[in-house]
Amino acid sequence: MSPTSQLSPVLAQGGDIPAPHIEYGQIGPLLLVLGIAVAGVLVEAFVGRTWRYAVQVPVAFLGLAGAFVWTVLLGWRDDPHHVAAQGALGVDGPTLFIQGTILILALVSLLLIAERGNGRSGGLVGGHFAAQASALPGSEAEQRSTAAGITQTEVFPLMMFAVGGMMMFPAANDLLTMFVALEVMSLPLYLLCGLARRRRLLSQEAAVKYFLLGAFSSAFFLYGTALLYGYAGSVRLSDISAQVSKDAGSETLLLAGVALLSVGLLFKLGGVPFHMWKPDVYQGAPTPITALMASCTVVAAFGGILRVYYVGFETLKWDWRPYMWGVAILTMVVGAIIAITQSDIKRMLAYSSIAHAGFLLMGVVATSRDGLSSTMFYLVAYGFTSIGAFAVVTMVRDAGGEAGHLSRWAGLGKRSPVVAGVFSFFLLAFAGIPLTSGFTGKFAVFKAAVEGGATPLVVVGVISSAVAAFFYVKVIVVMFFSEPEADGPVVVAGPATAAAVALGATATVVLGVIPQPVLDLAGHATTHMFVR
Amino acid sequence: MSDFPWLSVLIALPLLGAVAVSVLPRDNEPLVKWFSFGVSTLVGVLALAMAAGFDAGGDRFQFKEKYWWIKEFGIHWALGVDGVALVLILLSVILVPLVMLASWNEDERSGGVDVPAKRSVKGYFALLLSLEAAMIGVFAATDVFLFYVFFEAMLIPVYFLIGHYGGGAARERSYAAVKFLLYSLFGGLLMLVAVIWLYPLSNKPVGEGGLGHGTFMFEELRGLDVDPTTAKWLFLGFFIAFAIKAPMVPVHTWLPTAAQQSPPGALVLIVGVLDKVGTYGMLRFCLELFPGAAKWATPAVLVFAVISIIYGAILAIGQVDLKRLIAYTSVSHFGFIVLGIFAMTSQGQSGAALYMVNHGFSTGALFLLVGFMIVRRRSAKITDFGGVQKAAPVLAGTFLIAGLSGLSLPGLSPFVSEFLVLVGTFSRYKVAACFAVTGVVLAAIYVLWMYQRTMGGPKVPAVEGMKDLTAREKWAVAPIIAIIVAMGFFPQPVLHVINPSVKETLARVDRHDPAPTLTGNVAENGARP
Repeated sequence: MSPTSQLSPVLAQGGDIPAPHIEYGQIGPLLLVLGIAVAGVLVEAFVGRTWRYAVQVPVAFLGLAGAFVWTVLLGWRDDPHHVAAQGALGVDGPTLFIQGTILILALVSLLLIAERGNGRSGGLVGGHFAAQASALPGSEAEQRSTAAGITQTEVFPLMMFAVGGMMMFPAANDLLTMFVALEVMSLPLYLLCGLARRRRLLSQEAAVKYFLLGAFSSAFFLYGTALLYGYAGSVRLSDISAQVSKDAGSETLLLAGVALLSVGLLFKLGGVPFHMWKPDVYQGAPTPITALMASCTVVAAFGGILRVYYVGFETLKWDWRPYMWGVAILTMVVGAIIAITQSDIKRMLAYSSIAHAGFLLMGVVATSRDGLSSTMFYLVAYGFTSIGAFAVVTMVRDAGGEAGHLSRWAGLGKRSPVVAGVFSFFLLAFAGIPLTSGFTGKFAVFKAAVEGGATPLVVVGVISSAVAAFFYVKVIVVMFFSEPEADGPVVVAGPATAAAVALGATATVVLGVIPQPVLDLAGHATTHMFVR
Repeated sequence: MSDFPWLSVLIALPLLGAVAVSVLPRDNEPLVKWFSFGVSTLVGVLALAMAAGFDAGGDRFQFKEKYWWIKEFGIHWALGVDGVALVLILLSVILVPLVMLASWNEDERSGGVDVPAKRSVKGYFALLLSLEAAMIGVFAATDVFLFYVFFEAMLIPVYFLIGHYGGGAARERSYAAVKFLLYSLFGGLLMLVAVIWLYPLSNKPVGEGGLGHGTFMFEELRGLDVDPTTAKWLFLGFFIAFAIKAPMVPVHTWLPTAAQQSPPGALVLIVGVLDKVGTYGMLRFCLELFPGAAKWATPAVLVFAVISIIYGAILAIGQVDLKRLIAYTSVSHFGFIVLGIFAMTSQGQSGAALYMVNHGFSTGALFLLVGFMIVRRRSAKITDFGGVQKAAPVLAGTFLIAGLSGLSLPGLSPFVSEFLVLVGTFSRYKVAACFAVTGVVLAAIYVLWMYQRTMGGPKVPAVEGMKDLTAREKWAVAPIIAIIVAMGFFPQPVLHVINPSVKETLARVDRHDPAPTLTGNVAENGARP
C-alpha cells in the first residue's frame, strides 16, 4: 500500500486549496539539491554513456557546494526565525546548522562515491559500484557488463535525492512532511546499499534487510502520526505541543502515539533495541554509502529527533525522559559490548556508531540549549571522523576487494605507517582521547547531561567509553604490534579518497584543538532554539 | 624575563622536536639520536634556568600564564608551578636526556631479551620527546581540564613505547600495553566525570557555594564550597584515577606486566615520572579541592597505603624477573608516599613530595642499570646472573648504590624522605606508622637478596667476560647517582622549595601538626585536632 493512498482523505478535507505561499529563498538549498537530483536523472536519460560520469560528478559537486553556500548565507543574514512553506518547514538556527552539516559531510562523502581509482593495477578498477545493478551476481550478463567497462552513474542522482530528504527531515515542522522526508531520504538509500561492485550477494542482502526493516519502521512512524492526529487534531508539532500543555484529549492516544513515533525515529539512528539493521547494512553496503549513512543519515535522524522532542513533546518530557534514559543506556552499553566481539572492521564501526548514537541521545535527554548545541557539535565531529575512517577502509584492499576482516589488517602499521597512523588517530577520536574532536564532543554532551541532572547517565557513558576504548585499541594493536601477513592487503589511495581522508583528519584535529569557532557557531545557532 | 612564557616554551619545545624528528631522514640514525638528545638537553637547561628564578618565599604559583582556550566551557590554557610541581618537572627533564643516552642502541631500546626485527629509531625518540612535553604539561597545568588533557595525552606515547618497542613476544607486549592503557583510561574517565561535574558546581551563584561562573581554574576552584555528599563522589572520581596511576594495591596489577614488557628506558619514565602524577594529583587535587572528603576517606586510604607497602614488598621478594621485582618495590614505595600525603602533617607531606623526586631518581637508576644488565645477558631472570661483581665491578658498584638507595640507606636521598614520612605519620597515626616500618625491613631483604643473587657469589659461566659499563652508560647513570648522594646529605634546597606549597595544602585541609613533646619527634597523646 502506498503512503499517499492512506493520507489522501486527510488532505482532502481542505476543500478549495488556495495557492500556498512559499518562501523560495529560505528553502532554496533544499530545492537546489532536489533540483540537481532531477537534473541528474535527465543526464542519465540524455547524455551518452561515455560522458555521464564526467557530467554527473561536477553537477553533483556544484549542487552540493551551492546549497552549502546558500545555507551559510541564510545563516549569515541571521533572519528572524521563520516557518516557511505554509508551516511545513521550519527555517531556524539549529536547522540551518544541521543542514549545513549534512551538506558539507555529503560533499566529503561524494569524494568517496566519485572515486574511480588512479588507474594503477591492483587498484580500484571501475569504482565501488556494480556495473549493472540489474545483472544477477555471477551471471553472464554481469561478466559482459563488467568486461564492457560500464560504470554506474545512477548513484549520483540517487544520492542527491537522499541528501534532499535528509535536509528536509530536520526542517519538517509537521509530522506528515517529516514522513515524506523520511521516505525521500530512505528509498534511495535502500537502493544504494545494494549496489556494491564486489561481494554483491552480501550487498543485496543488506539492501533487502534495510528495506524490510525500514518499511516496518516507517509504518510505526505513520501509525504514531495517526494517533497523534487523533489526539491533537493536527500533525503540526506546535499544535501537538499546545494541546499537551492544555492537558486535554486522550492521554492513551498521546502516549501510544509518542511511543510509536519514537520507534520510527530511533530506528533511523540505530538506538537499541532498534539497531539490528545497522551492522548488516553497514557491512554489506558499498563503503562510500556506509560513510554517507554513518555521517549524513545520522545527522539528519538526530536533527529530526531533536526537533520532535524539543518542540513537539518538550512539555511532555517527564513522561518520555525515563524511557529515553533507558534507550540511551542500552544503546551505549550494547553498542560498546557487542563491538568487542566483532572481527569485521565495518561491522565493528557499525557497533561503534550505535554506541555513539547512545552518547548523542544524552543530548536529547538533556532538553536544554546546551544539550542542543552540544549534540550538534558532536554530530559535526563524529560525521567527519566517520567518513575519514570509512575512507581508510576503502583504501585497504586485496584481490577480493576491501580487506574487511580484522586479521587481514595485521601489521599494516609496518607496510603503510601513514595510513595506519591516520586510522589509529580516527579510532582514538572515536574513543574520545583528548585533543581529538571526539573528546570535545563527548565533553560537551556529558557536560550538558550533568547540568541537566543526568549524572548517572554520564557515568554509564563513561564506563561504556572505557569498554569501547578496548576494541578501538584492539585494532591499533593488530595494525602496529603484530607481524604482517605475507599476502596481506595493499593500500590503494585514489586521489579523491586521499582527499576525503585528509579532510576527515584535519577536521578531527581542528575540532579537537581549537573547537571554539564551531562551538560558537553551534551556540549561536541555538540562541532561539527551534522555531515553533 | 619575568614575562617570558617559560612553561609554554618548555612544553612546545619537545613537541616541536618530536615533529622535527619524525620528518628527519629515516636512515640517518646518528642525526636522529643526537638531535633528540640535543632537544631534550636544551629543555633540561631551560628548565634549570627557570628554576633558578623561582622564589621559594614568593607567590605560590609562579611563571603563570593564562589564555582562553575553549571559552564556551570556561577552559584556559593556564600554566604555573608551585614548589612541588617545579621539582617534579625538574625530575622529568633531567631523566629524559639520560634515558635517551641509555637507549642509544637497538638492543637497549627493545629491552634486549630477544631482539626482534628492526624497529624505527625515529619513532622511539619522537615518542620520548612527545612524552616529555606531556609530562611537563601535566605538572604545569593549573587548569583542571588542561591537567586532564595532559593526563590522558601521556598514555598514547607510553602505549606505543610498550607495545611497539617492548622486549617480549608480540602477544605479551601488546597484552601489557593494552592492559596499561585500559587501566589508565578507565581511571581517567572516572576522573573526567568528576572534572565535568566541577563546571556546574562552579557555575552556581556565589551564595550557594559556587563561584558565579563556570571555570576549571585550580586556584578559583579551591574557593568552591561543595556539599559533603557530592564532594565525596568527586573525591572518589579523582582518587581512583590517581590510585590506578600511582599504583596502589589493589589496582596495581598493570605495573608488573607493563614493567616486564617495557623497554627499560621507557620504564624509567613510567615508574619514575608518570606514576608520580598519581601521587601528585592526590596531594594537589584530592586534598585541596575536597578537603572534607579527603579527611573522610583518610582511614581507608591509610589502610590501603599500608597494605601496598607490605604487600608490594613481600611480592618483590618473591620475584624472579628483575624488572618485575623493581616494579613491586615501587608499589611498596608508592604506599609510603600515599601514607605521607594522607597523614596530613607537614613532615609527612614534605616527605612525600620529596619522596616522589627521590624515588624517581633511585628507581630510574635501578631500571637503567637493569637495562644494561639485560642487554649483556639477554635475560632479565635473576637466576641467569651470578658473580657479575667480579666481571663488571663498576656495574655492580653502581647497582649496589642504586639498590641501597632503594632500601633508604642513610646518606642516600630516599632515606630523608622515608624518615620524614614515617615521623610525620607517627605523630598522628601511630599504628599505621608501626606497620609501615616493616616495609623498611622488607626492603632490606629484597634489595640485598637481589644484589647477592645477581652480583655476588661465584661467576656463572654466562657472566664470564661480561663487559663493564661503557663510557656512554656511565654518563647516563653518573648524574643520577650524584644527585642521589648529594640530596642524601643536603636535602635542604629541595625541601625549601617544597615546604611553602605543602603548607598551603595543609592550610586548605585545615590540619595543623600535632604539638611536639619535649622528648623529641613523638607527638603527645590526644593531639589530634
